[in-house]
Amino acid sequence: MTGDIVPEKPVRDAIEVRGVSKIFGAGEGRVAALDDVSVSIRENEFFTLLGPSGCGKTTLLRLIAGFDFPTSGQIMLHGEDIAPLPPFKRPVNTVFQNYALFPHMTVAQNIGFGLEMLGRPKAEIEARVAAMLKLVQMEKLAGRRTSQISGGQQQRVALARALAPAPKVLLLDEPLSALDFKLRKEMQIELKRLQHETGITFIFVTHDQEEALTMSDRIAVMSSGRILQVGGPRDIYDHPAERFVANFIGDTNFLPATVLSSAGGKARVKLASGIEIDAPLPAGFTPGSEVTVVVRPEHARLMREASTLNGTVENVVYFGTDTHFHVALDQGRGFVVRQQNARSGEAGVSAGDRVGIFVGDGAAQVLKD
Amino acid sequence: MASARDFAESAERQDVRRRWALLSPALVIIFFAAVGPLFIMLVYSFLQKGDYGGVRWAFSTDGWFSVFFQRDIFDDTLSFADAHISILWRSVRLSLMTTLFTFLLGFPTAYFIATRPEKSRDIWLFLITIPFWTNLLIRTFAMQEVIRNEGVINTALLWLGIVDQPIQIMYTDKAILFGMLYVYLPLMVLPLYASLEKLDFRLVEAAYDLYATRFQVLRRVIMPLVKPGIIAGSILVFIPSLGAYVTPRVLGGGKNLMLGNLIELQFGQGRNWPLGAALSMTLLALVMVALLIYARQAQSRSLRHG
Repeated sequence: MTGDIVPEKPVRDAIEVRGVSKIFGAGEGRVAALDDVSVSIRENEFFTLLGPSGCGKTTLLRLIAGFDFPTSGQIMLHGEDIAPLPPFKRPVNTVFQNYALFPHMTVAQNIGFGLEMLGRPKAEIEARVAAMLKLVQMEKLAGRRTSQISGGQQQRVALARALAPAPKVLLLDEPLSALDFKLRKEMQIELKRLQHETGITFIFVTHDQEEALTMSDRIAVMSSGRILQVGGPRDIYDHPAERFVANFIGDTNFLPATVLSSAGGKARVKLASGIEIDAPLPAGFTPGSEVTVVVRPEHARLMREASTLNGTVENVVYFGTDTHFHVALDQGRGFVVRQQNARSGEAGVSAGDRVGIFVGDGAAQVLKD
Repeated sequence: MASARDFAESAERQDVRRRWALLSPALVIIFFAAVGPLFIMLVYSFLQKGDYGGVRWAFSTDGWFSVFFQRDIFDDTLSFADAHISILWRSVRLSLMTTLFTFLLGFPTAYFIATRPEKSRDIWLFLITIPFWTNLLIRTFAMQEVIRNEGVINTALLWLGIVDQPIQIMYTDKAILFGMLYVYLPLMVLPLYASLEKLDFRLVEAAYDLYATRFQVLRRVIMPLVKPGIIAGSILVFIPSLGAYVTPRVLGGGKNLMLGNLIELQFGQGRNWPLGAALSMTLLALVMVALLIYARQAQSRSLRHG
């Protein structure tokens, strides 16, 4: 699975968050931004906190950075509780969403700032700044003011500045959200390269599920101050534990079903259409219970003849690489099937056609919710 | 084509003429109320003094001469005008100290206000400007009530047993400093606040994150970014301090004159208008020097930025 890290290295926790809560305000206006959150982030890992705005992901990042202090709980860095330390005593650096570069300093001065504050000798700072400029390919702009460089270049300087003091953990707070689409794609690859070359643990905060899936070793999906699921991109996508996760990441079809029998994490479920299929099942379900089954649009197949599910095509939406077929099922629900477009031309199905939808045994997943 | 250009040119000329016409009331006021009197002062400083005040219309450099030198009445020897020089020095020294102390008091105040929630900032600013509502003279007499021997400070110190006899503050340089500090503090706080309010506090977080201690954040990030406010506040305090008249008069007594009092003396009891005019011009020159230093600073900063 993709969730596993490089095998020759011993698996150690870089950051361990233990039962952390953060409550803002008091009385009526009391808001729990984080509600008893526990998570372990391994060394050398690209770890992503994913969730909609207001889910608490930035709050968790700020607690790790030291800008805020938890109401309760511990934050361990390599086994040492850092929660009470101020930010300047933590070997952790941050790349800010707006970059927060110092406008009164040059690019090189910005990058050298952390080392200078640590009191490193001048020669070492110069060598390190030069190395960082090379790492982010900004050698030519070392003497520029930060107001004189583009957004993408500012992003690189912000990265170099945070990496220069060689932190144990690098925190990235939605660093790509201000960039345009093409630059964002470039920086995604750049970030992966930097993480690989420096071997530093990255904790990345984003609300962009695609960004999370393409870049992360592991993802924690958050909602309303809680972590709902932690796992590799494939685990999260293929085996969402809860309805929220399934809904937030990718497009999903939800189907009501009844459990017929279960054994060894697999279950036989009966869909509303009367068809029975096999699906992986989390623990705690007994035969007869009503459940929700999720099917990803690309895991279902459109058929000419009657199949697992049957309905009428309502809409055909062309996306270039693939086509989405919106089908009205006979049981009254909507269902989306995604098919990759072949070179040979049209799919041959148009609105109004009667179709069957084949859902294979591995395509469905029973939700916990 | 040519006619179109002619038309455009004549329209522009008309436009320029209209602009001058619209500006004329302001120009007249500036000339008669600001430039004119200064010019009269400059002319007076080069005339002979009249016997009962006023001037006699004959060229003389006596006025300028007596700014820095004095002639002994008995043996006619030349010497530096010690009294004038010491008053000049006191003015500069007290003004610099006022500027420094208003900054030391004003910076934390402005920082405090700038970091309050947006709603309550206006109230704090309002409180800062309240002293402006009262006449300067009345405020200065109020200050006298605070610092005189039977005043608030001494009564409190005596009652607490910290001192066994009142501290003499009135009629010393300290009293003048107290007074000017009180009067000019808002002039320092307001520009500092304007700069601090624009400060991006995420930069402060970034500096903390990069291992800067609280003091280093202040010195390396906050101070350089609010420098325009510091300079503006310093000028706003330094320049009026240099020409202060009421405060040294009321709190400093007769002995501790500042430049403003000396000038007033020459036009009043001294009956030496040319000297008064020359002293005024000297004060003006000092202010100009201060402003030039500021302009030089501002220019070099914009050059570095550009």
